[in-house]
Amino acid sequence: MKNTSTFHAGQAVPLERDNIDTDQIIPKQFLKSIKKSGFGQNLFDAWRYEDEGFPGQDVSLRKVNKEFILNQDKFLDSDILISKKNFGCGSSREHAVWSLLDYGFKVVIAESFADIFYNNCFNNGLLPIVLDSKDIDKLLNLAEQRQQIEIDLENQIIFSVDSEVAHFDIDPFRKKCILEGLDEIGLSLTHSEQIKEFEKNRILYSPWIFINEKENG
Amino acid sequence: MSYTLYDKLWNLHEVTQRADNTYLLYIDRHLIHEVTSPQAFEGLKLAGRSPWRISANIATPDHNVPTTDRSKGLEGIYDEVAKLQVVTLDDNCKEHDILQFDIHDRRQGIVHVVGPEQGLTLPGMTIVCGDSHTSTHGALATLSMGIGTSEVEHVLATQCLKTSKLKNMRVTISGELQDGVTPKDVTLAVIGQIGTAGGTGYAIEYSGSVIENMSIEGRMTVCNMAIEAGARAGLVAYDKTTEDYIRNRPFAPKGEKWLEAINQWKDLISDKGSYFDKEIIIDGSSIAPQVTWGTSPEMVIDIDGSIPEPTSDSMKHALDYMNLESGKRIKDIRLDQIFIGSCTNSRIEDLREAAKILEGKKISSTIKRAIVVPGSGLVSKQAIEEGLDEIFIQSGFEWRAPGCSMCLAMNPDQLGDGEHCASTSNRNFEGRQGYGGRTHLVSPATAAASAIQGSFVDVRDFIS
Repeated sequence: MKNTSTFHAGQAVPLERDNIDTDQIIPKQFLKSIKKSGFGQNLFDAWRYEDEGFPGQDVSLRKVNKEFILNQDKFLDSDILISKKNFGCGSSREHAVWSLLDYGFKVVIAESFADIFYNNCFNNGLLPIVLDSKDIDKLLNLAEQRQQIEIDLENQIIFSVDSEVAHFDIDPFRKKCILEGLDEIGLSLTHSEQIKEFEKNRILYSPWIFINEKENG
Repeated sequence: MSYTLYDKLWNLHEVTQRADNTYLLYIDRHLIHEVTSPQAFEGLKLAGRSPWRISANIATPDHNVPTTDRSKGLEGIYDEVAKLQVVTLDDNCKEHDILQFDIHDRRQGIVHVVGPEQGLTLPGMTIVCGDSHTSTHGALATLSMGIGTSEVEHVLATQCLKTSKLKNMRVTISGELQDGVTPKDVTLAVIGQIGTAGGTGYAIEYSGSVIENMSIEGRMTVCNMAIEAGARAGLVAYDKTTEDYIRNRPFAPKGEKWLEAINQWKDLISDKGSYFDKEIIIDGSSIAPQVTWGTSPEMVIDIDGSIPEPTSDSMKHALDYMNLESGKRIKDIRLDQIFIGSCTNSRIEDLREAAKILEGKKISSTIKRAIVVPGSGLVSKQAIEEGLDEIFIQSGFEWRAPGCSMCLAMNPDQLGDGEHCASTSNRNFEGRQGYGGRTHLVSPATAAASAIQGSFVDVRDFIS
């Protein structure tokens, strides 16, 4: 039942664990890149492969861990990730979001998210949805049955093929950002005059903050 | 009206509310390292923008730098990909005239050690960095938060962080700590109590007699791990200890400005009767040395405890990864490596705490490697002046050059597959210290005592 207001319709894969940290999402050895792309092949690297990963490897030659859920045949083409509590905890590395996107995920649904990861999602167009455990269970069920899951972001509803499954909350502006891909910096810069005015007062009030090395070094 | 410290810091920096109801918070100081900044500088360039206020930014490479031989500088980084990242930081700083303590500079070190040490972290400031452990700086009555790379770019371009207001939580540690119990044990005990998501959406202010009697270094250790409790910011009120720490630091105000500053800073406390959305009170005297047994900092128990029965899949998975079973005593875990360092525990006090235990003793012959990595070139210098390096070396530790090192093992300092490590760092996540490595988070004192024993030991018995 593809709606005109569908943000995304796809297959979900369940990663049923609390506290999935950003070190698991993208291990540190891959953070050495100075780019934003190419991280997808190393998403969940330590869980996805049987050997140790390092940058620049030909991943097609690596032995995959068949037991890991992303590698199971029925979940191979998933683009919605479902997890449990405190998803994305740990390091602030935005590489975690870049790797989920680069792998092909469009939406992550969890019982809760860590703050920095949650912000990083919106800054890159990856939609994080918070649902309670009851709704998560319904989705896990659908994922198991390989039913399509459809996300209507405009109306904040998740559908299965034949019915409505859950409603979700999202900040209205963040919703708009994802839907319209707004330039956050551009938007903040429309307040340039206010920032300049504030800064002028700040210099007067606490001048020591603006001291440079030459005066002090 | 009575305000919390967080509210006061917020009010000092709120520029405006955007149409989307989020706020622009003015950022006084932006700390930069090599891992999370290159994409931000590139984004800035692609959009034809330039940094708003150069003097707000301070950079230093820390994650990728080798801790062995520094004499070769950049040429000493043998991993070409890592080297490019450090070179890119150099290039970006040169292009924008940003002050950098580069790989050759004696002030180079872990960004969260360098900031306070130089007086670049001053009370009343807002501080951000593309690193979650920016919460460290809250120990000096600042509002300091870790941010992602898009936010780094936003701060560079606008000198503001787009953000929402956090809620207020107060964690009071009352009474007095037992001998041998350290700030690291305090912060781990708090995480053990409230969990790794317990502070999500909050700024945590740490207070009570234990915090009041703690050094700034100790307070930094406590605030550093606020993020491990889910809180973006940790805070401690300004007091005489803060003032004494900052006085005469290179970038601290001097003369008239100093007097003006300390007069302003003394208001950086939570007012009597200010409202906290959540209050936690812990009796400091009940805290024992802490050791983590699993793969999340909340999986922590007292040194004399045994590994609990798993009550969730996450716990089962963690025990499996750690190759431990419930019922096993913490003291029966054999150790392979010891790491003393990281933005949590690499300051001079941490090194003194460990050296005091190691003096005149040898680490166990079953320990494959024990390393100590000072947080900055200046911490290293001071430790050498105090003769601490000799104590570490005599006991069997390797004395290294400053950097993040084995906390996240982006450089060659790594655990081997299956090795157990007593580590003074902040995260025991799977593989963080090396592929298949098994991390146990502890204090410097516990790490040192356990190095001698070859397995975990109660440092309280050790010193009595």
